[in-house]
Parts: sequence; C-alpha cells; structure tokens
Amino acid sequence: MADSAITLTGINKSFGAVRANRDIHLDVAKGTIHGIIGENGAGKSTLMSILYGFYQADSGEINIDGKPTTIHTPNDAIAAGIGMVHQHFMLVENFSVLENIILGAEGAALLAGGVAKARAELERLEREYGLEVDPDAIIEELPVGLQQRVEILKALFRGAEILILDEPTGVLTPAEADHLFRILQQLKEQGKTIILITHKLREIMAVTDDVSVMRQGQMVATRKTSETTVEELAELMVGRRVLLRVEKDPPNPGEFKLSVKGLTVRDSRGVVMVDDVSLDVRAGEIVGIAGVAGNGQSELIEAIAGISAAESGQIMLEGKPINLTDGADAAELRGRGLAHVPEDRHHMGLVLPFEENENAILGYQDDPKYLNGPFLNIDAIRADADARIKEFDIRPADSRLKTANFSGGNQQKIVLGREMGRDPSVLIVGQPTRGVDVGAIEFIHKRIIEMRDAGKAVLLVSVELDEIRSLSDRILVMFAGKIVGERDPEASEGELGLLMAGIDDQEAAA
Amino acid sequence: MSVPYSKLPGWAEYGLIPLINLVVAFVVAGLVVLLVGESPLEAAILLVKGAFGSGEGIGFTLYYATNFIFSGLAVAVAFHCGLFNIGGEGQAYIGGLGVAIVALSFDSYLPWWVIFPLAIIGSALTGALWALIPAWLQAKRGSHIVITTIMFNFIAASLMVYLLVDVFKPAGQMAPETRVFAEGAQLPRLDWLLEMFGFTIRYAPFNISFLLALVAGVLVWLLIWRTKLGYEIRTMGHSPSAARYAGINQTRTIIITMMISGGLAGMMALNPIMGAQFRMQLDFVTGAGFVGIAVALMGRSHPVGIIPAAILFGMLYQGGAEIAFEMPNISRDMIVIIQGLVILFAGALEHLFRPTVINIFSRLSRSPGPDAATSAEGGR
Repeated sequence: MADSAITLTGINKSFGAVRANRDIHLDVAKGTIHGIIGENGAGKSTLMSILYGFYQADSGEINIDGKPTTIHTPNDAIAAGIGMVHQHFMLVENFSVLENIILGAEGAALLAGGVAKARAELERLEREYGLEVDPDAIIEELPVGLQQRVEILKALFRGAEILILDEPTGVLTPAEADHLFRILQQLKEQGKTIILITHKLREIMAVTDDVSVMRQGQMVATRKTSETTVEELAELMVGRRVLLRVEKDPPNPGEFKLSVKGLTVRDSRGVVMVDDVSLDVRAGEIVGIAGVAGNGQSELIEAIAGISAAESGQIMLEGKPINLTDGADAAELRGRGLAHVPEDRHHMGLVLPFEENENAILGYQDDPKYLNGPFLNIDAIRADADARIKEFDIRPADSRLKTANFSGGNQQKIVLGREMGRDPSVLIVGQPTRGVDVGAIEFIHKRIIEMRDAGKAVLLVSVELDEIRSLSDRILVMFAGKIVGERDPEASEGELGLLMAGIDDQEAAA
Repeated sequence: MSVPYSKLPGWAEYGLIPLINLVVAFVVAGLVVLLVGESPLEAAILLVKGAFGSGEGIGFTLYYATNFIFSGLAVAVAFHCGLFNIGGEGQAYIGGLGVAIVALSFDSYLPWWVIFPLAIIGSALTGALWALIPAWLQAKRGSHIVITTIMFNFIAASLMVYLLVDVFKPAGQMAPETRVFAEGAQLPRLDWLLEMFGFTIRYAPFNISFLLALVAGVLVWLLIWRTKLGYEIRTMGHSPSAARYAGINQTRTIIITMMISGGLAGMMALNPIMGAQFRMQLDFVTGAGFVGIAVALMGRSHPVGIIPAAILFGMLYQGGAEIAFEMPNISRDMIVIIQGLVILFAGALEHLFRPTVINIFSRLSRSPGPDAATSAEGGR
C-alpha cells in the first residue's frame, strides 16, 4: 500500500441546522486517481471546499502527506501542495494564458521579472506533462478544453502535488473528455495525486483507481474501481436500486406540431448564434438536440419559446405562425399550448426568493383562474400548487416554503409540474436533469416519456449525450449554430461525438 | 457553489438585527458627542424628550415621519422592481407643483375635503411624470436609473427656482414662494388624535396627510404582495431573466413601477405645503427624498418596517433640533452627522453584524438530528 497523500479524519461541517458533512473519513493514496461521487447535495463540494480552505470544518483533522495540516484559506491549501480546478473556470477572460498563470503569484511589484521566470517554468511544465498551450494566447479565444488545461497548468505552476477536479467534463465534448483523462493518467504516472469529483458513473469507471461514495453528508463506501460495478455505485449513491436505462415503447408520431424553417438568430453583439436552422417535431415523438454547450442550442429554444427575437425564419406552432421579431410574447405562446422547461432554472425557470406557490404560476400569471380583477387569487394559486406538489412528489410538500430551500431535483420538479401540468401540445425541455440527483432523474425521464406517449411533441435539448440517446426518437446534432446531422438514437457515441465536434456529416457516416 | 446562509427566525431578522445596527449607530454617535465635550447621555435624553416628551414634540416627530413614509414607500416600490430610485427628492419637489396649482386655483371656492383629493391627484401625477422620463430612458435605452434620477433632482431644483421666482411669486414680494393659500387649501390638523392620548399639539403641523401616508402604506402592501402587477414587479426585481421567460413586458413594468414610485414621492409634497406652510416655498423638500432611501433600506422595503423607520427618522429630526437648541457645542451639522451614522449603520452596513448573529443562532439551535444535507449545496 502506497503512502497517503491526504487523510481526512472525522470531518464535520454544519450550516445552521443542515449537516453538510458528517464524520467523514477519507484516505487518498499517493499517485492515484481517486473518484468521489454522490448526488447533488451529498456534500462533495462542501468537503472539497474544506480541503481547499473556502470553509473550515467544525471538527476533524486533515493530514497532508502524513502531516497534520491546518487549512484556513486557499493560500494554506496551495502551500500544502493542493491545487483545484473548478467547475466554472476561474480565469480572467481577456488576459493571456501566461498572465492568468502568474495571477496571485506575480513575484514582485514589477511584472517583467516574474513573467520571464514564469515563461520558462511554464515551458518546462508543458514539456514534462505534454500540456501544450500557447502562453500568449488570450483565454477567451481558446476552446473550452484548452481553457481547462490552463487551469491545470495554473495549479501545477503553484507546485500542486494534489489536484482536485470538480465536475471537469461538464463542458467538454466526449473527445475532449477522453483527452483530459489521458492527461490525468499522465499526471498520475508523474506521481501526482488526483481527486476527481463527478456524478458521471462512466467517468469513474474509466479513469479512477479508487472511488468513494457520498450520500447525505456521509461517506458511505470506498471501493477499488476494478472491484465494483456501475450498478453497485448507483445504488450506493441513491441508497436504493436505480433503473439506469430508460424504458420506453416505440414512438407513434402524429401530425406536425412544431415546424421551424430557416431560423437565424443573432446575439446582442451581432454574432450569428443560430444559423438557418430547420426542424420539425411531430405529436408523440421526442426530438433531441445534441451538442456541446454554447453551439446555439440555448438561443434556438429561446427563440422558439418567444423569449428572444430572431432575425429571420419562420416558426409554425400547430400550423399557425409565431411572431418572431417581437421577443416579449412568451406569455402568448404559453396560451397557445407551448410549454417550456428552461435550461437554467435558477435564472429563468424560477425566482428563488419566491414561495413555491408563486413560482408555480410563473408565466401563467395572466391565467384568469389565478386572478380576481387586478388581485391575485391567493387561495386558488395555493390550492393549485398543493395539487402539483402531490402529483409530482415535490418535497418538502410545503407550497409556502421559499423555493431556494428546495433541493435541485425538487426545484426542477416544480418547473416540470408547472409546464407539464397544463396539458400543452408542444413541450420544449432544456437540460431537464442538470444538477438533479439520480433518483429524480429517473422520475423526470419517465415524465418526459409519458408526455410523449400522451401525444405531445417534445423538443429536448441536453448536453448529456447519454440523456439525448436514451430519450430521443430522433437526434439532431448542433454545431456552431447549424444542424449538422440527424441520426437514430441507435447511432454510436463516437459517431455523434464527431458530429458534435463539427466533423462533416458525410465523413462521420463514412 | 452557493454560500449556504441558514435563515434567521423572523424576530431576529426584522427586530434584532436592525436593533443592533441602531445601537451601534448611537454608540458611535455618542462618541462624537463626547468628542465635542458634551455628555452623550444628556444628549440622548434631550433627543428622546424633544421628540416624545410633549404633545408638540410628538406632533413634530410625526409630521416629519409623514414625509419619510411617503419617500420611503416610493423608494421601496421601485426597489421591489430592482430599480434604485434616487430621484425621490426631485419627484417630491415637482409634486409640489401639482399641489400648488390645485391649491392656488381652487382655494377660495372649494372646501378642503374637495381640494385635498384633487391635490393628491395633482401631486401624484406631477411626481409620476417626473419619474416617467428616467423610467422611459431606462426601459428603452438602458440609461441607468440611478444616474438619470440624480440628474433629474438637479433639473427639478433649477426648474422650481425659475417657476417660484418668475411665475408663482406674487408681484412685490421678496421671498421666492407662492402666496399663502386661503382656508380651503389648508389641511386640518390631527389635534384630536393626540388629545385622545392626553397630549396637546400646540404649534406642531401634524395633519391628516399622516393618515394618508398610513393608507398609502396599506395600498403599497396590497400592490406588491396581492396584485398581479406586484407579482410582475417582484419577478422583475428578483430576476429579469425569469421575467422575460414569464412573458412579462419589461418596458411596461419598469415605466409603471417608476410612475407609482414617483407618484408616492410626489404625494410627500402635500404634507409641508398644504399641511404646514400653506404655501409653496423654495426647497420645501429639505432632503426628505434622500432620507426615504435610508428609511426603505432600514424598513426592508416593507410598509410594516418603513413606518417605524420613518418615525425613527422623524425623532432624529425633531429631537436633533432640540439638542442643537439646548447644547451650544452641538450645532445643526452635528445632528446631520448623527443622522448620517444611523443611515450608515442601518442602511449601508446593514449586513455588518449578520454573519455573527447567524453563527450565534446556528450554534444555539444545532440539533444533532438525522437531517439530510440537502440544501447545503443544493443550488449552484
């Protein structure tokens, strides 16, 4: 058995009455890749934040390289050789790679000396670990995969021996993710220790040596990856057996409910985000749009849902055209039977400081059912919200509770309940299970398929390729604002991955 | 990664924290008083006695509070929509125009109970119109409402100087003010209200616009929490993107909210013009519009908080005048410093002591139950 890089003993951390970490024991062997999985809210991020000095544990001990270490601030963590690659990159977008890397370690008041030294050191790191990046490139001009590489270099530059990666593949294509895993393997061979936090079981199986499972603030199990299975890990995460595969009958498509022709959308800077997109969704089918985040999917569904204006094109909802130029008729479209589960429930789908029942009418506030003249009919609103809570098993079952106090999965159920509960004819769903725990994913997937079977036209956008593949009846792949191909759900992941990376349709098929 | 803030019980959130802020403000103010060589304790006694020690003192305190309730509600309504209306001062000033025009036109023919509603409409309308331009610029052009409303305060001040000197001033009079209104435009005082509690009002200009302010507080509560418009305003205020998602017309909501806010600020003018001086004078707002910002912050933009906060500031105004009168070392400017400290601690540094209080509470209420860690990192 190798030496331990990190040993955590009896870590406890509470936020008010909530115990985010309870008596955590963790042992990470030196020179290994150690995965930590768990549902949202299981306490993974809290534990890593304690390790990186964002929070301090209420009690417990941290040993780095066998030495007891106190970590009060991220600087202490860096001094102890811990580096962190955050899920949302902590880079200054308009700085060069080199400038970002020396940020916080500039050396002296005058930059020149530090920059020269950093350039030499950076070159050495790049050679040693095969992490090539142009040191003078501007961050915002780099693809996401390279930006992540800069984050890793930044940690290595600070002398990190232990790297923590928090959900590193969320923004990557399958190919970029594979590349990242090769880099991680290489770092491991050089003797670095890596902690990988993720909720994707497949990644755990592919790349880690050991895996620890967290549930409800506790560390419930640690396994050798080679001695466990996806099914066992999923069960450990959720605490019960989970159906990982989605079961559904073949589709029974009916008439066209939603037709998009030649849709072009520019953003506020005038950049074309959606480029001449045409698609049809029929009653009783799920059309999935696959693609790496940021390739125009968000703009596409926002234009269809009437949230932002389009430049040109035509959209027909149940055979009748939608006004595309004036963006503010989302309410009117709802009236015409178009329901929309937005990609970003925190900023769009919900108003977090509102009570649950207030969010249950968001977008439907014009419905006369909820109004008494200019006044809100509070009783009707709450009665309706309570019924939805029951129907969608939203917990806690309290429509007066602030929405921010619900977990991610239950927040998503609030949105789904609102949008599915009114018998729409077309349902647009963006990232239905982002930040949602495994148990709720199963429920949400089942509901989406039920909508399809009830004859609704469903347009699904997700960056989770697995989700697209298991739910969709047809898959459209979007790249750089264009639909670059249509595939069956049976298409291989590699084929879809190539399309997502913009490799030409014919080439991919060949 | 969210910062998990556990919630405080209501009484601590709305009672304890403002109280701590207030106490600290007074302690620091006390140090200032000590510095100029007076006794802080004596000053405190003078302050409270001046504000609440006599019927006249109470009358003056509530008279000032009336101004602050209006301007505080004005700031609060805009705040619920995510708009920081700094222009209450100018909107109130221009609101005076509506009052003065109604009063000067009808004061010799109509009784006060006919003129009062007309003047309410006049003041609300002119105040609302003064807020309309910044609102339109914000909604259509994205010009920041803070900047434009501040600018409109200056424009209002200059405009009113011109109007008072060149239009409203009767010929042959030196002071830049309108003529004194006839009895029809003089609001009845609330002497009976104080007499119910055994006080005599004497010369205090405490008048029925105080009751109007209380009614406005109830209406603002109804508007914000019980109407569809209020729902839309709050949605906008918390999350403009959610409002867009919900199909709420943002331009319309911004403009209507700012007009309501401006209208409330404009109604403030009723109190000094028809309730106290019976004429419109230069600079009659005297900073009440700005105090409204502090009142709204301290009152958490809720009428139930705004009314006591307004009375507190009324006390500072009235009791402060008393201190300045009784303690020769403490000038009027010292009082402004003390008021500034209250604004600083109650408004700007509102969250200074919150983390400590939260810590103490969580330590007291830690229950080792099997509760899940669900909300600790639920949002990201």
